[in-house]
Amino acid sequence: MTMTTTDDFHRWPDTHGRFGDYGGIYVAETLMAPLAELTEAYLRLREDPDFIAELDRDLKHYVGRPSPIYHAERLSKHVGGARILLKREDLNHTGAHKINNTVGQALVAKRMGKTRIIAETGAGQHGVASATVAARLGLECVVYMGAVDIERQKINVYRMKLLGAEVVPVTSGSKTLKDALNEAMRDWVTHVADTFYIIGTVAGPHPYPLMVRDFNAIVGREARAQMLEQYGRLPDVLTACVGGGSNAIGLFHAFLNDRDVRIVGAEAAGEGIASGHHAASLAAGRPGVLHGNRTYVLCDDNGQITETHSVSAGLDYPGVGPEHAFLKDAGRADYVGVTDDEALEAFHLLARTEGILAALESSHAVAQAIKLAREYPPDGIVLCNLSGRGDKDVHTIAAREGVQV
Amino acid sequence: MTMQTTMNRIDARFEKLKASGRTGLIPFVTAGDPAPEHAVALMHALVEAGADLIELGVPFSDPMADGPVIQHASERAIAKGVGLAEVLGWVAEFRRRDADTPVVLMGYLNPIEIHGYARFAQEAVAAGVDGVLLVDCPLEESAVLQPLRADGLRQILLAAPTTAAARLAALCEAAEGFLYYVSFAGITGAGLLSTDEIAARVSEIRARAKAPVAVGFGVRDAQSAKAIAGFADAVVIGSALVERLDGAASEAEVVARAQAFLQPVRAALDAR
Repeated sequence: MTMTTTDDFHRWPDTHGRFGDYGGIYVAETLMAPLAELTEAYLRLREDPDFIAELDRDLKHYVGRPSPIYHAERLSKHVGGARILLKREDLNHTGAHKINNTVGQALVAKRMGKTRIIAETGAGQHGVASATVAARLGLECVVYMGAVDIERQKINVYRMKLLGAEVVPVTSGSKTLKDALNEAMRDWVTHVADTFYIIGTVAGPHPYPLMVRDFNAIVGREARAQMLEQYGRLPDVLTACVGGGSNAIGLFHAFLNDRDVRIVGAEAAGEGIASGHHAASLAAGRPGVLHGNRTYVLCDDNGQITETHSVSAGLDYPGVGPEHAFLKDAGRADYVGVTDDEALEAFHLLARTEGILAALESSHAVAQAIKLAREYPPDGIVLCNLSGRGDKDVHTIAAREGVQV
Repeated sequence: MTMQTTMNRIDARFEKLKASGRTGLIPFVTAGDPAPEHAVALMHALVEAGADLIELGVPFSDPMADGPVIQHASERAIAKGVGLAEVLGWVAEFRRRDADTPVVLMGYLNPIEIHGYARFAQEAVAAGVDGVLLVDCPLEESAVLQPLRADGLRQILLAAPTTAAARLAALCEAAEGFLYYVSFAGITGAGLLSTDEIAARVSEIRARAKAPVAVGFGVRDAQSAKAIAGFADAVVIGSALVERLDGAASEAEVVARAQAFLQPVRAALDAR
């Protein structure tokens, strides 16, 4: 679909959850009713001043918002191009942007009278954020996690258990995030009466891509206001990592109608897109149907979803949020691959120049910000979403580099 | 292009069942499981054991609505290289000996989306497929299936206990081939039936639907099938059969297990 310069990107999705050709509701009949119930409840709550006020209070006093934008001066100087600014979502409670969404969905769950929370998780950040809000509201919490991811994210598994959640290993398929999502859907189908499914990214059937985007869009709203207040201008370019794409759409959304602001998403290119071992659904996939929505997917010619690879569990997903698919086709955002090695190099550089340990997911965005900074003059601004902190990845990095911790 | 010169086999079969006062028996098997080389022999064995219609599962890597039994059957079939082309080839081979038993392909949308809807429609009709049941393609998203329907394939729709009244009315109105009633809120192969609740709901749907009503999800054996038979036009039986077939090594064993499983169900339905 071709967009004109006057199109309003904020009008999507339509009432059926479609972003142009993408999104929609591709689920089994059994889920149609609970999704309709959720859509009705959410569309009502998002206009409800009382709900909005409660959410704002939680974001301020529990999550610790607003998060700052930080000028990474030594990093910028080292790179030798434009100024790199970091939106510090890593400073949120639980250490990533994921809490913005789970706080919001938990309030929806509470107001819908649900007593049990389920969630899927890849890196474990969304699982921790879900377990956190469930503990706070006194709700039962079950987190589905691929057996492979459990192995590479042991710290987060233990954190979830400390928060009182049950972590269920998923051993079907590739034993990663996509299979965890399948299993959570199966749980939801079976327990729809009392259970609220907190999806962690902007994928899944409508209304999830809308709802998860809304709850993360605070990132871009804050950043846009902070830019104008602190720098008197908008950035030249935004970048964020894209797995399912929730932190990215969170940053991008407020800027979509600012046509002069360039938008670049960084997907996980793993060992390189040519190697076939990657998770770059937008850069290397094709339109298909997965997990309840039409979007770009990585699959073979038989339509079987292919196994993905990324050093970061949170980007290891063969689909992507439908709004990103829409923005790609509309030409409003570009999506490029960042390899494991590039992300690790950026991780170390940021640690040494700025004293910040970024999550491996976010390190992809930092690597892309470094590339972009080189394209702009010194007075240019690259705004990068530092979506999470790297404590959870310390063991993965040590193991990869042959260090015994 | 349509190669059909007669009435759709699904419609013909349900008319015949109605005329003879019998309840239809619809076994589900995952195509290519337990062994791709016995896929066609298995289909014929099901018919010989009393199947009125065959639901052939097209394996998909992410079967969101299926329980462990059918998930694992899909994984096994995919590992053996089973895709749409193989499944269509088996239906074509089956048709050489069986011109009447309707075949419905059951699965998920992505394999067909990637294959191309128009191309799939032509190849499926040419192979002798009569309908599709796409689990993740509800009525609201069905516009993409127009090329299939234009070529004479029936789109089998699902209704569930959770389906709201207004949606149910729309589903009854749009029903073609048969309407598949999912007997409980869950995944395939789980749970026990509350027969009275199902009976009430199915009777209501049968009175309104523009197509016969088949009941599935949770039917495991002759006894549970018979309980359903009193108020449904047909009974679908899947996971329990797939489970029984798992591990069968030879064609003779696949055939023997299929028949040993299905014959008592057929007998129970007919003894009503």
